Amino acid sequence: MEKFETYHHDVLVIGSGGAGLRAAIEASSLGVKVAVVCRSLLGKAHTVMAEGGVAAALSNVDDRDNWKVHFSDTMRGGQYLNNWRMAELHAKEAPDRVRELEAWGAVFDRTADGRILQRNFGGHKYPRLAHVGDRTGLEMIRTLQDHGIHQGIDIYQEYTIVSLLKDGDGVVGAFGYDREKGLFKVFQAKAVIIATGGMGRIYKISSNSWDCTGGGISLAYHAGAELIDMEFVQFHPTGMVWPPSVRGLLITEGVRGEGGVLRNSNGRRFMFDDIPENYKGQTSMDEEEGWRYTQGDKNAKRPPELLTRDHVARCIRREIKEGRGSPHGGVFLDIAWIKEKIPNAAEHIKRKLPSMYHQFKELAGVDITKEPMEVGPTTHYIMGGVRVDADTQMTTTPGLFAAGECAAGLHGANRLGGNSLSDLLVFGKRAGEFAAKFAKENKGGIIHDSQLEEIAAWALAPFERDASHEGVNPFQIQSNLQDMMQELVGIVRTEAELTDAIERLQGLKVRADHSAVGGNRGYNPGWHTAIELKHMLTIAEAIAIAARERKESRGGHFREDFPDKADDFGKMNISIKKGAHGEMVVQHVPKTKVRDDLQQIIEEMK
Amino acid sequence: MSLTTFKIWRSEATGGQFRDYTTDITEGMVVLDAVHQIQAESAGDLAVRWNCKAGKCGSCSAEINGHPKLMCMTRMADLPAGKPITLQPMKAFPVIRDLVTDVSVNYRNKLKIKKFKPRKPDAADGTWRMAQGDIDRVQEFRKCIECFLCQDVCHVLREHQLHNEFAGPRHMVYAAALEMHPLDVEDRTGDLKDTAGIGYCNITKCCTTVCPEKITITDNAIIPLKERVADKFYDPLMKFFRMFT
Repeated sequence: MEKFETYHHDVLVIGSGGAGLRAAIEASSLGVKVAVVCRSLLGKAHTVMAEGGVAAALSNVDDRDNWKVHFSDTMRGGQYLNNWRMAELHAKEAPDRVRELEAWGAVFDRTADGRILQRNFGGHKYPRLAHVGDRTGLEMIRTLQDHGIHQGIDIYQEYTIVSLLKDGDGVVGAFGYDREKGLFKVFQAKAVIIATGGMGRIYKISSNSWDCTGGGISLAYHAGAELIDMEFVQFHPTGMVWPPSVRGLLITEGVRGEGGVLRNSNGRRFMFDDIPENYKGQTSMDEEEGWRYTQGDKNAKRPPELLTRDHVARCIRREIKEGRGSPHGGVFLDIAWIKEKIPNAAEHIKRKLPSMYHQFKELAGVDITKEPMEVGPTTHYIMGGVRVDADTQMTTTPGLFAAGECAAGLHGANRLGGNSLSDLLVFGKRAGEFAAKFAKENKGGIIHDSQLEEIAAWALAPFERDASHEGVNPFQIQSNLQDMMQELVGIVRTEAELTDAIERLQGLKVRADHSAVGGNRGYNPGWHTAIELKHMLTIAEAIAIAARERKESRGGHFREDFPDKADDFGKMNISIKKGAHGEMVVQHVPKTKVRDDLQQIIEEMK
Repeated sequence: MSLTTFKIWRSEATGGQFRDYTTDITEGMVVLDAVHQIQAESAGDLAVRWNCKAGKCGSCSAEINGHPKLMCMTRMADLPAGKPITLQPMKAFPVIRDLVTDVSVNYRNKLKIKKFKPRKPDAADGTWRMAQGDIDRVQEFRKCIECFLCQDVCHVLREHQLHNEFAGPRHMVYAAALEMHPLDVEDRTGDLKDTAGIGYCNITKCCTTVCPEKITITDNAIIPLKERVADKFYDPLMKFFRMFT
């Protein structure tokens, strides 16, 4: 008899957010046996929190939009560090992926002539985000969930994967446990797709849900896959700052898309004070024109509040640092002011931004139709992640695929709002398609018992240590890590602080090796946290090392000691791989030359 | 700053009991913050299910002082000051451990409702046209975050445990979103009557009261579905009419 219960599938999808579900639907439609492992319950993944919309050049609202404009917006937003092939596929395929959701039952907001409505968002030249009020992620995940459950996919809810399994160089499955009882399980598969999202939980102030610990990126790294662009973390400009318990909670960019403006304590719209060179031609210089843009005037240029997130976040930080912040250490985001412009403004705001209204009313006691919100930057997204082939989404480890936030390439140095949900759909589908193909063409490998024993022993070690004696509380280590990352590897970085962070991470790793938990294995959050620490620390270290390596400022990565862009760094990505002795090996990977026709599009739209 | 006592249900090998925990409450905290604090300070194995802590995922449903609520959206300041706060798992479902319940029956019941089936596309580009006015009511239902608080408070499920006979308010809302979807051509009225057991609902509206998304479950979803079922199966005139169509 097998020591651990074993499940056999052709394709194993780890993660049940937008990318994982889309991948599973695609793979199962190609006739292979598919499993989805959900760390939480089905339908609760972080995708559910996405608010503003899904970017796709449907050109329903502005017929000047097309894939070429979307492509060039994405490249410009990513400071041209993007994988251009991914940016091309994404821009071309996103409209079909959105229309497909409608065919599966999604109910997007409508235009006057009954088509899918699109809204303005930062860095997008035309209104491009298909949306449902400010709960687009919920609509997407529910649509995929309700479609997917009828596809014959095996769904494992509340299972945690501890490690991938390898046979030689290739991945042959994964090892994990069910949360309810804490019993180990083996998932054997011919192809594995990582779709585990981001890592916001390694920071203290984050918009991310509990799931976002960077788990999948770490699993792939420890299985030998290469990571790239890990220095590029997106700090969303507008998170809640008060009360403390909700600090970091997201306020959708849709607020600004609907006409919301940023002001400092002097009442000044400070975003007009610093408009980057490469956006000058597209940005309005006066408040009136900016307002007209948000109301659909095709001749107006967009207001500076809708510049890319990296830039807006830094401007907000500057205002706060220079003493022009709001009472609780943010700046003001005001949507209530539109009552000067339109009748029934309060109703309009409640209809367009229902969850924002709700969130502030319930959690902060603020009525956003009457008073401004206090906002500040919050850790939101990682552009970097597992390196993948643009077309197939296969990682550098055979049989291992990655899609969505945990994969890297599409967004370069900075992601545009709305490009995440489209990323999940476009590359989730591709990962599912090519993983199914891989599974059909390959026989899979052998699972080695010794590997299983080793992982199981490691996972159970926290129970062996004495929690009351020299063992360390895993929650304490997690909290120390979050404080440290917030302080030293945040929105503005320096060599000295990054070096300090890397050293402190070594100390945290030692302490994590002594983490101790009490109780038994059934639904034990302490044990779960102890296991999770390994992933969180791996990802934190990769971010800090890559950030120290990139001696320039670009997109989401800002170095106070190197505040400008450096041409050399614009020609390469930083990659990190696990070395023979468990160390992080850093390399500079030269970028491939952009295909001529795409380069021409970039030049034409500059 | 104030020290507050929580009486939290803790599972044991057989059954369980309320245990007291005291923690420091600061401005703006919600109940879930307090639970996390207790976890970190003194009860590392206290089981609680949560994801977003923003009222969007519907994971942290529990009964706070006896009321079914999301722990992440219940502010400490809104609870009676100076009194112990009772936390227990949802009563309608079997307890897995502490505050975590087994809600899998909801996932099984959803599968019994026929999936979305759209009519043929209207437009040459393979898409459809729908007016905003025609989808407003469906969008209300689609706000559902599947927290299952409506199921918890429904006496058919809570008191009588008829999960196999009655799909419950959540799935009435789900079915209503499909039935009233302008593109959908499937007919679910037979299933609503039989497998989903819509007749069990006697419109006490408890579900509507607890919905954190403020969906008017009874008035907008269940009653119209009951009318459809009644029209189809119990209206003699309609029955007669259908014999000739």
